[in-house]
Amino acid sequence: MTDMTEKPAGAGGAGEVKEAKKIRLPETEEGTVVFNIDPLIVKDHYEIDYIHSYAQDSPFFIGLASGKLLGSKCPECGYAYATPRGHCMVCGAKTEWVELPKEGRIHTWTTCYFGSEAFLKETPFTLILVEFDGFDTLFLARLVGVEPSQAQIGTRVKAQFLRNSKFKPTDVYFVPA
Amino acid sequence: MPKGFRDVYFVSGGITRFKKAQPDKDFRYMVKEAFDYAMADVPNLTVDRIDGSVASYFSDHFTRQLMAGIMVQDYLGLCPKPGRRIESGGATGGMCFQSAWEAVASGRMDVCVAFGFETMSRVNTWKGNEFIALASDTNFDYPVGGFYTGYYAMMVRRHMHEFGTTVEQMARVSVKNHGNALHNPYSQYPMKLTVEDVRRSEMVSDPLTRLDVCVMSDGAACCVLASEEMAAKLTDRPVKVTGVGTGTDTMRLADRPHGDVILLPHERPEDYKGLKYPGVHSFRGGRMAAKTAYEMAGVTNPLEEVDFVELHDAFTSSEIQTYEDLGLCRYGEGGPFVEAGHADIGGKVPVNPSGGLLACGHPVGATGLMQAVFALWQLQGTIGKHFGNDRLQIPRARRGLIHSHAGTGTYITVSVLERGF
Ligand SMILES: [Zn+2]
Repeated sequence: MTDMTEKPAGAGGAGEVKEAKKIRLPETEEGTVVFNIDPLIVKDHYEIDYIHSYAQDSPFFIGLASGKLLGSKCPECGYAYATPRGHCMVCGAKTEWVELPKEGRIHTWTTCYFGSEAFLKETPFTLILVEFDGFDTLFLARLVGVEPSQAQIGTRVKAQFLRNSKFKPTDVYFVPA
Repeated sequence: MPKGFRDVYFVSGGITRFKKAQPDKDFRYMVKEAFDYAMADVPNLTVDRIDGSVASYFSDHFTRQLMAGIMVQDYLGLCPKPGRRIESGGATGGMCFQSAWEAVASGRMDVCVAFGFETMSRVNTWKGNEFIALASDTNFDYPVGGFYTGYYAMMVRRHMHEFGTTVEQMARVSVKNHGNALHNPYSQYPMKLTVEDVRRSEMVSDPLTRLDVCVMSDGAACCVLASEEMAAKLTDRPVKVTGVGTGTDTMRLADRPHGDVILLPHERPEDYKGLKYPGVHSFRGGRMAAKTAYEMAGVTNPLEEVDFVELHDAFTSSEIQTYEDLGLCRYGEGGPFVEAGHADIGGKVPVNPSGGLLACGHPVGATGLMQAVFALWQLQGTIGKHFGNDRLQIPRARRGLIHSHAGTGTYITVSVLERGF
């Protein structure tokens, strides 16, 4: 396309030939989504893939793939964690991996009818904190197989695992025992 | 005052009216508005007398701008004075206030400005909930269905189980706070409600309904703290910061211990026989923060010695749980406490006379500072001047408490403020 304001070639004096050809950034046909004008509100996209290491917690996620629920136990003070951690929060010692019982009880629960955008399509879903005999802390999971808002504190539940592991904590979920 | 620290006074504050969205002003302009309001209230304070600032905003995801704090410093014309950013989730505002207190108490600054903001309208509500849920363990908690209302629902479900707290008692908090806000021109959602309205509103996470939960907001707030000498030059109505306390707890709800209650001076171990603490029903960090602040301020029985409280009621349930952490009643008595009207204006200790987060809005980084500003005006006796009506003015208020709260009780601050004139 010709720029109508461009000077005719050779109109300038000697030595100005290069300047006469105007430097221009190529135009593209990409646009911007505009929601409002004044104040001008536009769509601003942002997205990123992380290179995420589960680091010292890796055995837990690997365990899920083989149907094992792993917690941590402190060899020094005996504190037992149903959600793993590399070092003991009570005494600071390095913990050891231990397998949790397959069955526990509902310590508390909720059914989410709304959720964060990432989980909105999965609503309603029921979240529970599970308590296990012999463990001092709890474990957060989904409860499946109970109608929304019908869970009860104290109900016995058992762990089940996805066959196709996604290496996420949702590879394990609980159902009534 | 702890050894080596000097007295700190709170001399002025400003707030923007919190809104669902404020696209005509960016975060710098909003803070500028709150800052100018605070400056206008103390005409003797000129910018050259400000020694530095502390910036408060929670989420880099919402701003989509790293180092947004310095952009505000720059916009306010405070460069090249010292400045820094504080971040501690929902407690960011309260922590910012305490950080500014430290700057003055330590002698590093004579006048320190604490400013805060959040611009949550930059994403839709459910994306905003996702950003907030990223403030839970992203390996173990977030992927299971990260949603803060869900976490609080689980906590209060256990509170109901332990103590018999009812959903109607929770609804009572919503009725009170939205009702108080009818007289607060800064509030985002003033509403005359009944307990039935709250229960009939849409269920979000059982047992919390939409009216049990605060909303997303855009807004800013600003506080000016000064040394005794500077305060005397700036105002004849200074408010003294007499107690500062901070507490924490494990990031994961699942990791909370089940031990013994941290006792306040007016409580005895026999009060809590058989109670496993904090579990997921109580906020140990809140109790820690309160205990520290009370010790510093010389408060031994908060119900008798505190005239009002502005606390972090992001959920009706957490207001009830917080009465207990603050020792306004015993653990387990929070439900009956609100039901009896003890937290009403005119009750034993008005809680959230401003309307709290539920009705005023919760632009996270501004929230804790907003509470501080409301408390300042209460103690100065200037609610009428700033609100245009004095319906919410607590008569003869001499001592107030502000409480800022993050995560599932992960960071919590308590500051005690007293009339200094
Ligand atoms: Zn240990």
